[in-house]
Amino acid sequence: MSEALKKPEELARIQFQPKAPGWMDPAVEFRKGTWNYAAVPDTLKYLGLPNPRKWTPPDDDWQLPDNWKEIVYEGLRERLKKYRTLQVFMDICVRCGACADKCHFFIGSGDPKNMPVLRAELLRSVYRDNFTAFGKVLGKVAGGRKLTKEIIKEWFYYFFQCTECRRCSVFCPYGIDTAEITMMARELLNLLGVSIEWINTPLANCYRTGNHLGIQPHGFADSIEFAVDELEEITGLRVEAPINRKGAEILFVAPSADYFASPHYYTLLGYLLLFHALGLDYTWSTYASEGGNFGLFHSSEMIKRLNSKIYMEARRLGVKYIIGGECGHMWRVLHQYMDTMNGPADFLEVPVSPITGTRFENTRSTKMVHISEFTSDLIYHNKLKLDPSRNDHWHVTYHDSCNPARAMGLLEEPRYIIRKVCNSFTEMPENTIREQTFCCGSGAGLGTDENMEMRFRGGLPRANAVKYVHENNGVNLLLCMCAIDKATLPPLMEYWVPEVQVGGVHEMVGNALVLEGEPVRKTDLRGTPYPGVVDAGEEGGSDA
Amino acid sequence: MGVMFSLLAVVVLIIIATVGAGVLGWHYVFSVILPYLAMATFLVGVVYRVLKWARSAVPFRIPTTCGQQESLPWLKTNPIETPHTLWGVLGRMAMEVLFFRSLFRNTRAKVTDGPRVLYAPDKWLWAAGLAFHWSFLIIFIRHFKYFAEPVPSWVLTLQNLDGFFQVGLPIILATDVIVVVSLTFLFLRRVVDGKVRYISLPADYFPLFLLLGITLSGVLMRYFTKTDLLSIKALGTGLLSFSPVAPEGVSAVFFVHLFLVSVLMAYFPFSKLMHFAGVFMSPTRNLANNNRVKRHINPWDYPVEVHTYEEYEDEFREVMEAAGLPVDKEK
Repeated sequence: MSEALKKPEELARIQFQPKAPGWMDPAVEFRKGTWNYAAVPDTLKYLGLPNPRKWTPPDDDWQLPDNWKEIVYEGLRERLKKYRTLQVFMDICVRCGACADKCHFFIGSGDPKNMPVLRAELLRSVYRDNFTAFGKVLGKVAGGRKLTKEIIKEWFYYFFQCTECRRCSVFCPYGIDTAEITMMARELLNLLGVSIEWINTPLANCYRTGNHLGIQPHGFADSIEFAVDELEEITGLRVEAPINRKGAEILFVAPSADYFASPHYYTLLGYLLLFHALGLDYTWSTYASEGGNFGLFHSSEMIKRLNSKIYMEARRLGVKYIIGGECGHMWRVLHQYMDTMNGPADFLEVPVSPITGTRFENTRSTKMVHISEFTSDLIYHNKLKLDPSRNDHWHVTYHDSCNPARAMGLLEEPRYIIRKVCNSFTEMPENTIREQTFCCGSGAGLGTDENMEMRFRGGLPRANAVKYVHENNGVNLLLCMCAIDKATLPPLMEYWVPEVQVGGVHEMVGNALVLEGEPVRKTDLRGTPYPGVVDAGEEGGSDA
Repeated sequence: MGVMFSLLAVVVLIIIATVGAGVLGWHYVFSVILPYLAMATFLVGVVYRVLKWARSAVPFRIPTTCGQQESLPWLKTNPIETPHTLWGVLGRMAMEVLFFRSLFRNTRAKVTDGPRVLYAPDKWLWAAGLAFHWSFLIIFIRHFKYFAEPVPSWVLTLQNLDGFFQVGLPIILATDVIVVVSLTFLFLRRVVDGKVRYISLPADYFPLFLLLGITLSGVLMRYFTKTDLLSIKALGTGLLSFSPVAPEGVSAVFFVHLFLVSVLMAYFPFSKLMHFAGVFMSPTRNLANNNRVKRHINPWDYPVEVHTYEEYEDEFREVMEAAGLPVDKEK
């Protein structure tokens, strides 16, 4: 965290009225805490990406290739043909400004170039100057800007200050989606070797080891083993957690943070308990040990390169279908890109729950079910014995992560589960949930320590809605179904609403799940002793 | 700057028409040649733009979902805001095009001390936008009476409805008032709201002034000056049947009106006004959220470099075996 970080009250003094000079001036000040480190040469080389070199954003000279201008123009021309979104969105914006104060980065920073309309204009102005008749003739009067190295720096700053959350797209009368614009702009920057470390290193890791964190197969096995041991301590039962097992019915894929970071880890414990309770015939994979896909924050080619592993592994292991864990951008890829990129999955079968017999018709092409669809179906059919009072120490609220909300419409499944496993659940204000949900402020590869100020700014609307239900209803746990949320909401809460913790939906399921033959549970999955229960047994029940 | 530039541009256009048709008497140029050229530019331009968009691929199916998906049969879905069928998509598009559904969601955010982030509903833009577009459409349809003989009865019915309040002589048509008021509001909003002023380009002010020029010159003719409707109708039917006769003895106001309309038509395909066609082609709105049900094909899909399981196992076989993980090829 940068030392100069302001106090919350100061950081929240935000002006929405932009001042001169106009936005056409591309000058950017790379102030500490508001940008991300540049990609390192080794990762670019490993991935075969252009212009690997050592550089840093405050540098005067970014060591762009000599023909950088042609590269950008050619890249733009190609993408205008390949993506109708880009071509149409470049042409039809009327600058009504409906999107302006819908962006969490604008609300939290007041920086006019964080208004989605202006973020797009940064690219659109270059498009107009070069690709439209009026722009070529009238230049600046027609809203055109000549491409300069300054503009490349400006693009870097602002297109890595967008989390591709799509909230603006909900409010736009034409559905103009800044996520698309940002993805295109990042692809153009990639062509020049301009990208950030926290996207490219996970990419290289994932490509090689199967997951963003670079965990090798034995490390993965250790983590799962550790979780199994811990569950034995908590529940007295030893659960099965098969890895790379051929012939299993189901392949389970989760974001890698679930088995390596906290509080994700408690969600992992929840999955393991659930699968144990069901006696599910499933397997983990070390090769496809990442559901998340940082390719989404890089380029469509990189999405495809990483995502390919899931179907290839499903085929190798001979499973019938796939279930995916709690993650946000992972599900955007699985829902909107996977089948197109790496399908058809005709070697798999339409998912049928072995417990309820429900055929997941909504996945009959991709053959991949979201864990919350799977679990809510179980609960609806009364297949789980649940004791929600085991979550009574929590008063929960639920944060829809951007992608499941605005790229899937997965809204009710998690809520149905939460209501069955928790006794106290309060929704945040309606402008901040479901399709209008606010981003954690750190998605799309921006969740780095060096970017802390911008993350806290971007996270302000989310945190403030949590604060509202914390103060008015006593909420003390923010549930979410996204690995990036679980990594980045805890520091956000600590900054804006220190009394609220962060957890996962299947952590709550794991707590509430009553297993056959288990002794009275003394602690929840976090190892927090249940009041009253400890007294009944030996004192100080848990030594964890 | 954008305001003055655009205002000046429209004033110059008005002067051109006044001098050209009013002073120099180039009636044929302003009532026949320019309207035909403008119409041709409009048609060719719009078709060109739409074809250009249509030729651009839709590699992925990426609707923005604004409601519950269809997953489990017992969950209530939102078939319009998150459509999963063609009918749902048509419903969503109809809501968008006819009622500006997305704009209706508009809110205004504010950060106050505390800090507290507050959101208030803000329907003004939606109301003014909808009022402008609907009244402009009705006015456009009312003008059929200058092109068709006999005038279709439904056009007359529409006009009668428009004059429902029976105020003034000639009767004041509601849409005439609404169109001027809504355009004025849209202009003032652009100048008064600092955020919107900041993002506004000449290309945003120019169409507003042009439309105001068109509507005000129309209002002037209908309510304040005498205009020879018969010779205007003769021009209209003549233009439509490709046997145009330039009207004589018509006021300069009419030529200004017609010239501004011609400019609007010619300007249309090059401008943001193309949103009228673009709204139908936006992939975040016109695709169904049936991604996991029906495979979408990317027309330019190409094979990419991947890291296969075999390569992976070759690198990690030793540690996998040591950890007791199954491997495909034992050493």
